[in-house]
Amino acid sequence: MDFLTQIINGLSTGGMYALVAIGYTMVYGIAKMINFAHGEIIMVGAYIAYLVTSVLGMPMIVSVLISIAGCALLGVVTEKIAYKPLRNSSSLAVLITAIGVSYLLQNLFLILFGSAARTFPAYMPSGSLSIFGAQITYVSLLSLCLTGICTGLLLLFINKTKLGKAMRAVSEDKGAAELMGINVNTTISMTFAIGSGLGAIAGIIYGMSYSLINPYLGAMLGIKAFIAAVLGGIGSVPGAMVGGLIIGVAEAFTISYISSAFSDAVVFGILIFILLVKPAGLFGKNVREKV
Amino acid sequence: MKKKQIQQFILSFVIALVIYGALMFAMSAGILDNYWSGILIMACINVVLATSLNLASGYLGQLTLGHAGFMSVGAYVSAILSIYFQMPFIVSLIVGAIAACIIGILIGIPTLRLKGDYLCIITLAFNEIIRVIMLNLNITNGAKGLMGIPMNTDFTTGFMSVAVTIYVIYSIVKSRHGRAIISIREDETASELAGIPTAYYKILAFAISAFFAGLAGGLYAHYMGMLVPKTFDYNKSVEILVMVVLGGLGNLKGSVIAAIVMTILPEYLRAFSEYRMLLYAVVLIAAMIMKEKNVMPRIKAKFAKKRHEEVSEQ
Repeated sequence: MDFLTQIINGLSTGGMYALVAIGYTMVYGIAKMINFAHGEIIMVGAYIAYLVTSVLGMPMIVSVLISIAGCALLGVVTEKIAYKPLRNSSSLAVLITAIGVSYLLQNLFLILFGSAARTFPAYMPSGSLSIFGAQITYVSLLSLCLTGICTGLLLLFINKTKLGKAMRAVSEDKGAAELMGINVNTTISMTFAIGSGLGAIAGIIYGMSYSLINPYLGAMLGIKAFIAAVLGGIGSVPGAMVGGLIIGVAEAFTISYISSAFSDAVVFGILIFILLVKPAGLFGKNVREKV
Repeated sequence: MKKKQIQQFILSFVIALVIYGALMFAMSAGILDNYWSGILIMACINVVLATSLNLASGYLGQLTLGHAGFMSVGAYVSAILSIYFQMPFIVSLIVGAIAACIIGILIGIPTLRLKGDYLCIITLAFNEIIRVIMLNLNITNGAKGLMGIPMNTDFTTGFMSVAVTIYVIYSIVKSRHGRAIISIREDETASELAGIPTAYYKILAFAISAFFAGLAGGLYAHYMGMLVPKTFDYNKSVEILVMVVLGGLGNLKGSVIAAIVMTILPEYLRAFSEYRMLLYAVVLIAAMIMKEKNVMPRIKAKFAKKRHEEVSEQ
């Protein structure tokens, strides 16, 4: 059952994309900006986990928690330093700053760790399960479970808690939310923290699936996850989840049935197609332009 | 008004001629050695790149991260024409630029209907696709690189290209079309309501920008004598963007000066070359935040006030 194996492989890569795409989508929903540096935050997450386990010799659960906390902090700090001063300026200025932040993190890690790949610690046994004849590695199983759990918890948080309500209010209308007594700054910081924390989990899944990490890993992962967010409808969390899974499966099929050289081209093809046919994405709302 | 324009044109022409003559004299008299004349040619190429990106990003207000992609199209097409078809240098340069322009239009038609953020990602994606294609084609010799390109680019062709680029872009910006392009940057909805065909002007500016990027690519190919796809990656696009941002978005003079400075300065800072990219990143962030906080105008106002006080004291 090669077909089933490919689908499950695709879903597990897609789960990783989905976690990153949720970060993009949440930040876009609240701050109306594309956080170009999100891919680099994932890279930082993978490196923190690598450092804590391989250098300090901590167990897996500690390094995962430190990595999530570190990324969340990094996300909040970048927002405070780089994006907050530009909150009311043109989208071009914000975009250029975000590119600058992304470039800064990437090159900082290049200088600190060099461009050579590091071996990511093996948190999971490398064997695989056989389900209905399909071979599934433990890592892909874990990736799928983690994605499901994280998305579920996040949806509960957004829809059921008071803080989640505040987030939805800010994404709807920043000014009105502020008048209703919602602290917009805290809400934006929290969004960056949650998105970056999910990014850290994605970074760890990346490290476990490919077992090698380098400072460039965030760039391509970030772009693909962004495409997933656009495909699902930017601003929508379930959309990002579905988009990520679709991109993952499409990529797995291209690699196994066509050629691995074209996997990126197919993903970009999906982006161009969706932007032409349904720019709002699968789950997005059509926003009418107001004068 | 017309007379003034002609006077201005003649004046700029004379200034360009004087600069060209002085540099040519310095080169032939041996004041500038081969190393420096090479840097001057690279400066010319960078000026063409920066001014052309400024048209799309500064005047039109659409951030593109695929300028290195257009450059690589121009570079490879012109190099292949020179090597395999023995075309004259000028012909292959122009055909390379036209090829980049056509690719620019093909990319622009579907994407320019969208908002800036999407355009940025699509052009970035396109840059990567072009690089992957160049890596996998036989005619480009893949990662090993295309060798044996006749090294025809000299300072004269570089300088001529700069002059033509600046002249064309300056004339467009100062014309009715330029005002239409700038109005799209300021408020797209309003300019569309005022009857400006925004889609047409977006694609026009994008195509011209791609054309000159292709020209710069052709110059680069015939200056280096060999091409590898790795040259034209994301980093190159960001480098060009840094030139434009540093010089000022929508400021041609600034782009020219920034491009020259950013070509010459790294030669002096070779010891710090690994920190160069880090510096670029800091420049991007700082430039945007300083602009938002009005740092430069405030400093200028302070100086102006001081001078004013000094004058009044006297």
